[in-house]
Amino acid sequence: MENNNVKTIRDFIEREKKSYASIESTVIPALHEAEGVYGWISPEAIEDISNYTGVSKAKIKGTATFYAMYKNKPMGRHLIQLCTNVVCMVMGSESLLSLLNERYELEPGGMTSDGRFSLVIMECIGACGTAPAMLVDADYYDNLNEKNIFEILDKYQ
Amino acid sequence: MKKVLLKNIENPDSALLTEYMRVGGYKNLKSAVKEMTPRDIIDDVKESGLRGRGGAGFPTGMKWQFASMDPKFPKYLVCNADEGEPGTFKDRPILEKNPHLLIEGMVIAAYALQCSRGYIYLRGEYPQAKVILESAIDEAYKKGFLGDDILKRHFKFNLSVYQGAGAYICGEETALIESLEGRRGQPRIKPPFPVNAGLWGRPTIVNNVETFANIPLIIEIGPKSYAAIGNTACPGPKLFSVSGCVKRPGVYELPMGTTLKEIVYEHCGGLVDGRTLKGIIPGGLSTPILTPDKIDCAMDFVNLPKAGSQLGSGAVMVFDDSVCLVKVYERAMKFFEHESCGKCTPCREGTGWMRNILGRIECGRATAEDVDTLIDVANNISGATFCPLGDGAAGVVLAFVNNYRDEIDYHIKYKKCC
Ligand SMILES: Cc1cc2nc3c(=O)[nH]c(=O)nc-3n(C[C@H](O)[C@H](O)[C@H](O)COP(=O)(O)O)c2cc1C
Ligand code: SF4
Repeated sequence: MENNNVKTIRDFIEREKKSYASIESTVIPALHEAEGVYGWISPEAIEDISNYTGVSKAKIKGTATFYAMYKNKPMGRHLIQLCTNVVCMVMGSESLLSLLNERYELEPGGMTSDGRFSLVIMECIGACGTAPAMLVDADYYDNLNEKNIFEILDKYQ
Repeated sequence: MKKVLLKNIENPDSALLTEYMRVGGYKNLKSAVKEMTPRDIIDDVKESGLRGRGGAGFPTGMKWQFASMDPKFPKYLVCNADEGEPGTFKDRPILEKNPHLLIEGMVIAAYALQCSRGYIYLRGEYPQAKVILESAIDEAYKKGFLGDDILKRHFKFNLSVYQGAGAYICGEETALIESLEGRRGQPRIKPPFPVNAGLWGRPTIVNNVETFANIPLIIEIGPKSYAAIGNTACPGPKLFSVSGCVKRPGVYELPMGTTLKEIVYEHCGGLVDGRTLKGIIPGGLSTPILTPDKIDCAMDFVNLPKAGSQLGSGAVMVFDDSVCLVKVYERAMKFFEHESCGKCTPCREGTGWMRNILGRIECGRATAEDVDTLIDVANNISGATFCPLGDGAAGVVLAFVNNYRDEIDYHIKYKKCC
């Protein structure tokens, strides 16, 4: 299992590095890849990337923590990324946040006790014309309201 | 006006190469590569008057000329698809529905600037766009519009997508370059400018998605006809992403210089019935808010500064009288605080202080002196930050306080919204 993960990341870096003049450029794509493999940016993920890029673990960790979208801790099976920036706020994302809290006891940055959902609040996700909006995993949903948000989330078990 | 940037997007298959070619796609690339020298293209882009659509409005032809004058090779071409400015969603339809228009624009640019390698820096928040762009790039390789021998003219250009991971500051071009090199996205000092020392120290041309999407049109109709579209000082078609309290929010392609009034009341159907206009942010969250009396202002790089704001990314955010602007600016400051890269103190600390004070005003715990402190903090940030993010945050607070002092005072006095 472990070895498969290592191999996936090594092969990924080997493939990717041809696209750049410096292998360090593969760190950000490799963090995306490692997140898919390990589920989050685990110490093993950082170790693997460091081993195959030669970039120090400290530096990789510094990079991983700079970017808001990397999962720096284990998360639920599905990630709800709800936009709360100005337009989504004006169009009602705050009441959606309270509903998520009521229904699933889910706080921003938290996870449901059954591990089904994690919730993070997002800065603008570029859906202001159809606000409020969210991403669930890699799927976009917009024009959310107090009813359809749960119909959508029911699809994610 | 016939749509150019959003051409054919009602077609559900508009992102496919066959559909793009059916409406004349890649024809301009062919004529550029076969009939024009790189120098001709740069001259035409200069003459067209095109100004960058990413926010700063720098003349594109001039940027290209600077890059082409630098003797260092290789040169890199980078598309800024970070689109992080709150309120902005105008690059998304190009990326998702018209990716070949962007690719065609980039290949023409690569030919003009003699770049053999390009990257599209795409924000992490657009996962579908990544899939669509990568499939479009594949199609373009298969057709010989990308690769080592484009259109059999011995011209080489390879292109790939680089996915960001959620950092607004990576839209700033030097932070973007740091990120592309695999590091934290913190801006670099300028000069040197990217056109001379960018990616891996090489000349690098960074342009916005919409900027590249304008290039095929300049080739097609020629610089003179292009310059006749919209405002002569900064011509061309422009995408406006309109959101907030209007009946029909969305992305509109209109000539540069269309008035705010026309955008809000004609194209977007005006406000919800019974509401009155309170304020408009014309160019994304980092541009100063305008009061309703500025509604006749033309949306372009020349007229908005005269009215006290900026065109920015053309993201029009409309607020009616149901919206509490103190709350809007508290949230805005939370954004800038969160997105400050931390490199310089006035921005890193100051954005948090401003958020704090606005939060106190919003929840009714502020005194009149707090407003003076807010102004003082903003004044001390202005002009003292390493990149425009901090400056922008201070600027929007000052514009808000200047224009909406009554609303702020009401909050302080009555401890509630007016
Ligand atoms: C804080 C900050 C964020 C920016 N975000 C973006 C962005 O998301 N997209 C973009 O194209 N330009 C953005 N810019 C502007 C870029 O630095 C740069 O000017 C632009 O990409 C140049 O392309 P253009 O000349 O085609 O506009 C940003 C600038 C700053 C200071
Ligand atoms: S102004 Fe803010 S974002 Fe820009 S370099 Fe300074 S801390 Fe970073």
